[in-house]
Amino acid sequence: MNIGVVVFPGSNCDHDCQHVLKDVLGQAVTMVWHKESSLAGLDAVILPGGFSYGDYLRTGAIARFSPVMQAVKRFSVEGGLVLGICNGFQILLEAGLLPGAMLPNRSLHFVCRETYVKVENAATPFTNRCKSGQVLKIPVAHADGNYYTDPVTLAGLQANAQVVFRYCTPDGNVIPEACPNGSLDNVAGIRNADGNVLGLMPHPERCAEGMLGNEDGRAIFQSMMAAWEGKTLAEVR
Amino acid sequence: MPPVTNDLIAQHNLTGDEYQKIVEILGREPNLTELGMFSVMWSEHCSYKSSRVHLKKLPTTGPRVVQGPGENAGAIDIGDGLCVVFKMESHNHPSFIEPYQGAATGVGGILRDIFTMGARPIALLDSLRFGELHTPKSRHLMRGVVSGIAGYGNCMGVPTVGGEIVFNDIYALNPLVNVFCLGVAHKDKIFRGTAAGVGNPVIYFGSKTGRDGIHGATMASDSFDDESEQKRPTVQVGDPFTEKLLLEACLELMERDVLVGIQDMGAAGLTSSSCEMASRAGNGIELDLTEVPRREPGMTPYEIMLSESQERMLMVAKAGKEDECLAICRKWDLDVAVVGKVTADGILRVKDQGKVVAEIPAKALADDGPRYERPYQPPSYQDMLTNLNYDAIPDVKDANAALLALLESPTVASKRWVYEQYDHMVRTNTLVRPGSNAAVLRIKGTNKAVAMTVDCNSRYCLLHPYDGARLAVAEAARNLACSGAIPVGLTDCLNFGNPERPDIMWQFVMAIEGMKDACEHFQIPIVSGNVSFYNETNGLSIYPTPMLGMVGLIENSERTMTQWFKEEGDDVLLLGAAREDLGGAEYLKVVHAREQGSPPYLSLEKEKTLHDCVLSLIHEGLIQSAHDCSEGGLAVTLAECCMSGAEPHLGAVVRLTRGRLRKDAVLFGESQSRVVISAKPVHRQSILDRATQYGVPVEVIGSISGSRLIMYVGDEHSTEKVIDQPVATLYDRWAYSLERTVHEA
Repeated sequence: MNIGVVVFPGSNCDHDCQHVLKDVLGQAVTMVWHKESSLAGLDAVILPGGFSYGDYLRTGAIARFSPVMQAVKRFSVEGGLVLGICNGFQILLEAGLLPGAMLPNRSLHFVCRETYVKVENAATPFTNRCKSGQVLKIPVAHADGNYYTDPVTLAGLQANAQVVFRYCTPDGNVIPEACPNGSLDNVAGIRNADGNVLGLMPHPERCAEGMLGNEDGRAIFQSMMAAWEGKTLAEVR
Repeated sequence: MPPVTNDLIAQHNLTGDEYQKIVEILGREPNLTELGMFSVMWSEHCSYKSSRVHLKKLPTTGPRVVQGPGENAGAIDIGDGLCVVFKMESHNHPSFIEPYQGAATGVGGILRDIFTMGARPIALLDSLRFGELHTPKSRHLMRGVVSGIAGYGNCMGVPTVGGEIVFNDIYALNPLVNVFCLGVAHKDKIFRGTAAGVGNPVIYFGSKTGRDGIHGATMASDSFDDESEQKRPTVQVGDPFTEKLLLEACLELMERDVLVGIQDMGAAGLTSSSCEMASRAGNGIELDLTEVPRREPGMTPYEIMLSESQERMLMVAKAGKEDECLAICRKWDLDVAVVGKVTADGILRVKDQGKVVAEIPAKALADDGPRYERPYQPPSYQDMLTNLNYDAIPDVKDANAALLALLESPTVASKRWVYEQYDHMVRTNTLVRPGSNAAVLRIKGTNKAVAMTVDCNSRYCLLHPYDGARLAVAEAARNLACSGAIPVGLTDCLNFGNPERPDIMWQFVMAIEGMKDACEHFQIPIVSGNVSFYNETNGLSIYPTPMLGMVGLIENSERTMTQWFKEEGDDVLLLGAAREDLGGAEYLKVVHAREQGSPPYLSLEKEKTLHDCVLSLIHEGLIQSAHDCSEGGLAVTLAECCMSGAEPHLGAVVRLTRGRLRKDAVLFGESQSRVVISAKPVHRQSILDRATQYGVPVEVIGSISGSRLIMYVGDEHSTEKVIDQPVATLYDRWAYSLERTVHEA
């Protein structure tokens, strides 16, 4: 599998994604400079975490204008797998590839710590290696991860099983206290209607090696690999 | 340009003698621009004029040293063709005036020092000092500094993996912000700040030059008074996004064969970077200010040469490689311009609009500044500090209450509220996160890991500067040993008051002697550092705070050790012995409101033996945890062992013999050279044998069991249960205290 990792100016989890995909999971990785306008030859694309353009404006608000984002849009329309992690999720929201927006964390502070997320939908290309209701321990690190959208959109997301991950306690209770940022309905990750674009605030690339004491994040990358195996882009969907 | 008058000379913080020396060097009166350039380069901050004669005493060499003091940062060989590059710096003065930007630009400055050497920064640690949090001002300073560090470090994608914070009202109007950074570089690809090769182009890149930060170095070389907040315009404003671009551009430039030398523009900006690079190579540099990218029109040569605008670099490229350099900088959207060339005449010559506006021998600016052997003598109050009549202090009655009070005192309490605001995991190297003895990061591509700690008990240093400095070195090395690491190098950040006062200078000289003796004993070279004097407001000096950043190497990262208890049923053992060491103890401050007495006794020999013993136990896989005893003594150490790891937390039952010691000395005394370890009972005999073999006192003091911390203290007559608390209660006080205090008001 050849996975593209987009490098925006200010991306800072690009090397971490590259390390997990290449060194840990043995996949081919192509680093894609944000000024590229084509994603030809790639089987999936990851928008990594970081502070694209410093995020001095709304997070992701400038990155969405990078030339590569037109290519990401086309790629997603063709059914390609797109995973946005943290800042990548924020960029997908700004670019309109996913609905909703990110508000500053309720604490108004950056928060970096372990969180637990419940797999609400295991029938996606990003979660097929998980069980429905399974709890994964994955850390967050963000200042703007407080997901917000209007009630109608939220109802639609819930009805279509587009809320893929929700923050929960270690034993799977989805309660406000388990949410690190104040997200609506404890949303930690959502997919688009077609199911091939996922935005996720926690960082699976930070917990994909036994040496770091936690391998829960691997399941997400392995799901993408399983979804892709032996299938064309259109079939992956 | 206004004429140079006596007033103007005084405003530039230059003495009459220093001015005369300038006139001698130039053979004429300086113009205003030249006066400004001399004043920043000869400031205490840049010239180390009061400290240099003493700093020379410190050990700086060793088989692993690749780069010692004198460059942007020090470098230590860790094998596998790699070295670690590290340094610590202060940003105290700006952080008091504007805490967010002061701290943020402190982080920015130290990061540049590291990547300028060709190393990718992989870790930041911070050592902070604030007043007690009962005043809005102290809370404001702490919130601002923590946000500033978070804002800059998080955006850069360099994890902030550790540090320490102490609260004491002596720092209320003089907070300390000391930032440590470590990077990894290929040993044969270290870059230095040298302007070699006459005719080579000098290239400016990074941000544009603005009017911010003019005279920052001079401001950092003066004491504060009530008017100091008017100095806010001398504080620079940080732009971590541009710094991130600068980092990536630098590392890309360094992969090509285009660079001769490179240096960041830190304190004293364009002046320091150009004259220091020229001086190191024995060359001169000719600069054309017309080419310097500027933020606004109408800037004078004086302003351009003294601006401390952040995120700027100067490189000397190989002749003919200019275009390649410019292209890489432009790829990363940076301002870039060829602003001069290397010359043979040793002169820093500055031109603007075709006219020469400054002409100074580079070496005179960079290296020939004044040197002072300032007088020093112990202060008259020193005996009053150390003489403490223990008979006047009643022994502890309610040890439970004392333990809880210590655990929730901000200095001892968990710093979770702080480090959760720092991204401490990015780059996925963090093996041991904040909250253990030391931070541990793996070195990708090897089996190795590095451990890092920053330490200094400044109360010990106040009570006995020589012993305080030795104790700081010992504690740092002990923290590394407890993590499974062998110390390989040290950087220092020496924070003191006004060196023109003999008592302050005495503190400084004694601290240097203490560091020297301890480092020589442990064979740890000091490879970089920084001195911050004039930490004094309205005549009140901070406690002497020689902050140390120590780096250790773990050859096999699987042998990394953490401080918390691991398993029910394990033995709890104490290595080392207690003495009646209450002097300077945190317990005396928190419970009895006294900061007095002689700091704990330290034998460097015993300390070193202890480290060797702990390392051997770790390397052979005999123990499950190791935690050094420091602030708060054995009781606090045991409480931390119970609750500093991930939940569920573990309890312990411990029995201590008191002998002739006071009860409070047994529980809360800060006797040195002690480590609490835990181990599976099957290894008990091997551990006892091993400790005996090393000559380290050892005792099985209890076992891990249940969910309470229970401590018995006995003498020849009876045994008394002095502490009995649910770990959940201890945790609640310890883990959330800081958060509660910050949110009060």
